[in-house]
Amino acid sequence: MKVWVPRDAAAKALGADAVADAFKAAGAEVVRNGSRGMIWLEPLVEVERDGVRVGYGNATVEDVAAILEGSAETLGPVEEIPFFAKQNRLTFQRCGVIDPLSLEDYEAHGGLAGLRRAIDMEAADIVAEVTESGLRGRGGAGFPTGIKWETVRKADAPQKYIVCNADEGDSGTFADRMIMEGDPFCLIEGMVIAGLGVGATKGYIYLRSEYPDAIEVMNAAIEIARQNNVLGRVLQSSHEFDLEVRVGAGAYVCGEETSLLNSLEGKRGIVRAKPPLPALEGFLGRPTVVNNVISLATVPVIFEKGAAHYASFGLGRSKGTMPIQIAGNVKYGGLFETAFGMPLGELVNDIAGGTITGRPVKAVQVGGPLGAYFAPEKFDTPFAYEPFDGAGGLIGHAGVVLFDDSADMLGMARFAMEFCAVESCGKCTPCRIGAVRGVETIDRIGRGDASAIPLLVDLCETMKDGSLCALGGFTPYPVMSALEQFPEEFTGVREAAE
Amino acid sequence: MTATAAPPDSAEIAAIILKNMPLEGPLLPILHDMQANFGCVPDAARPQIADALNITEAELHGVISFYHDFRREPAGKHVLKICRAEACQAMGANDLSDKVLELLGLDWHGTSSDGRVTVEPVYCLGLCACGPAAMVNGKVRGRVSADALVQEVSA
Repeated sequence: MKVWVPRDAAAKALGADAVADAFKAAGAEVVRNGSRGMIWLEPLVEVERDGVRVGYGNATVEDVAAILEGSAETLGPVEEIPFFAKQNRLTFQRCGVIDPLSLEDYEAHGGLAGLRRAIDMEAADIVAEVTESGLRGRGGAGFPTGIKWETVRKADAPQKYIVCNADEGDSGTFADRMIMEGDPFCLIEGMVIAGLGVGATKGYIYLRSEYPDAIEVMNAAIEIARQNNVLGRVLQSSHEFDLEVRVGAGAYVCGEETSLLNSLEGKRGIVRAKPPLPALEGFLGRPTVVNNVISLATVPVIFEKGAAHYASFGLGRSKGTMPIQIAGNVKYGGLFETAFGMPLGELVNDIAGGTITGRPVKAVQVGGPLGAYFAPEKFDTPFAYEPFDGAGGLIGHAGVVLFDDSADMLGMARFAMEFCAVESCGKCTPCRIGAVRGVETIDRIGRGDASAIPLLVDLCETMKDGSLCALGGFTPYPVMSALEQFPEEFTGVREAAE
Repeated sequence: MTATAAPPDSAEIAAIILKNMPLEGPLLPILHDMQANFGCVPDAARPQIADALNITEAELHGVISFYHDFRREPAGKHVLKICRAEACQAMGANDLSDKVLELLGLDWHGTSSDGRVTVEPVYCLGLCACGPAAMVNGKVRGRVSADALVQEVSA
């Protein structure tokens, strides 16, 4: 009997390896798939019955015999579970479905169709296709991917590079990790297409050291891709492209593209001033595409189904879909890929079911440690780039972290400054010094010194306007959003949590 | 991830450097390999690395000290990393780490006097929907309790 037990890190963290071993010991054929993204059900075991994959949530070693017998309580067909059924899965169409390290499985589910189409296209047409799809940088900045590619394509240089930013350090985000562990060929295919489009023959995936499972899967997938001419001489054509994983070393700021490039070159991960743009002077001073994992992993489906199909999803200038990651104190936490435009409140209350503690949602932080807190008053904001910008926030890498009413907002504001102080690369003063002063100033406020509040506001303005990159520049988002929406927590002496 | 405190051998150091030299930007791979081999980036390796890459030892120190991952001394037998980021905080990570540190009698980055365990903060393991999360000797753990973590590093 064929049984799927995810190898995704979240499933492993909840005991999937032992469950997989128990199925093997019982004689079952075990496929280690990626995660379907319903993390609250992990380990989510699937068994094929009458051609349909049915699920068993929170499976343990003790459940193995009953699952094989068919007597265990089932969730029914996995794809009919409402959380899954309500999604528009484009980027994540195969994640959780296939064996991540089977190229055959990958091709049988639409993989390589995009590359086969792209390989017969002119470079300029490849880039135009991406531009027409409306794809924007999924790492957070939202810059149009096609325009970035076009800059690199037009640059004249003997060597160009595709660098994949897999330094997914934002709390509340795990989409990059999930796709690398669940559908690694999709990222490889996207990078090869990028290489064809801009004329690059070499790519790097800068992958954070906190993701050992993703590193293992990506390295294995690259080796398989080389053996099967997905990498190397691409599909036996005259085009060359090869790929390497480089492991980060625990610095959050290396998720910033110029700092990442310095790190890749073997330097301190210090932010570079722009210009020059990495598109013109990137890795080793050569033209370089730096794209997030999800941006690159979305390229294959754009070529498989066409730019117009992709662009038909979404809201306004936020075209296509976004894998939204719902985390923190959440009842149904996981990855939910949907077209841009769903109101934040629908995601938090209807899709995610509110908090696991059952207490009211006090606030959600959207976009990682540099993202703003949204109180329920702002839950009508549609999930898309411009509406979030207009509401004083950012979608970032689309992580949504729920907090219940026990959350200490002054403490969270302090943590944002503390994190910035720990992770600052030190190049610019507003970030390096500002974050330290920020912690001190919030501590003064916490001791009841209300006169420090205008000082904190002023400091946030300085950091926002004066920092070189988003670390110092966006740390004011969580701080100011907490202050503005929960002012009562910033006045009076704190008693708890001191 | 588990530290093996083999004494740094100059030929071994040279082999690690040589293996990585064909790479574009070989320094981080060299440092990772040093740490995998010796449990840390040994001070004794620094002159050889600097010499091979034609950089000063000061520049090399700048790089090593910039990154949280690289150690000057090997860690304890077990390395326990506890996530301190927001999503885990929403699930009580602060209380969890306070309790673990108290039970082990350590502060962040501390190693127990018998060399059994090192405790470090980590800012996100990508296990944000099954927090609080931790990593024990490179293995991920979700929905952890203080007692279970302390138990796992007791042996």
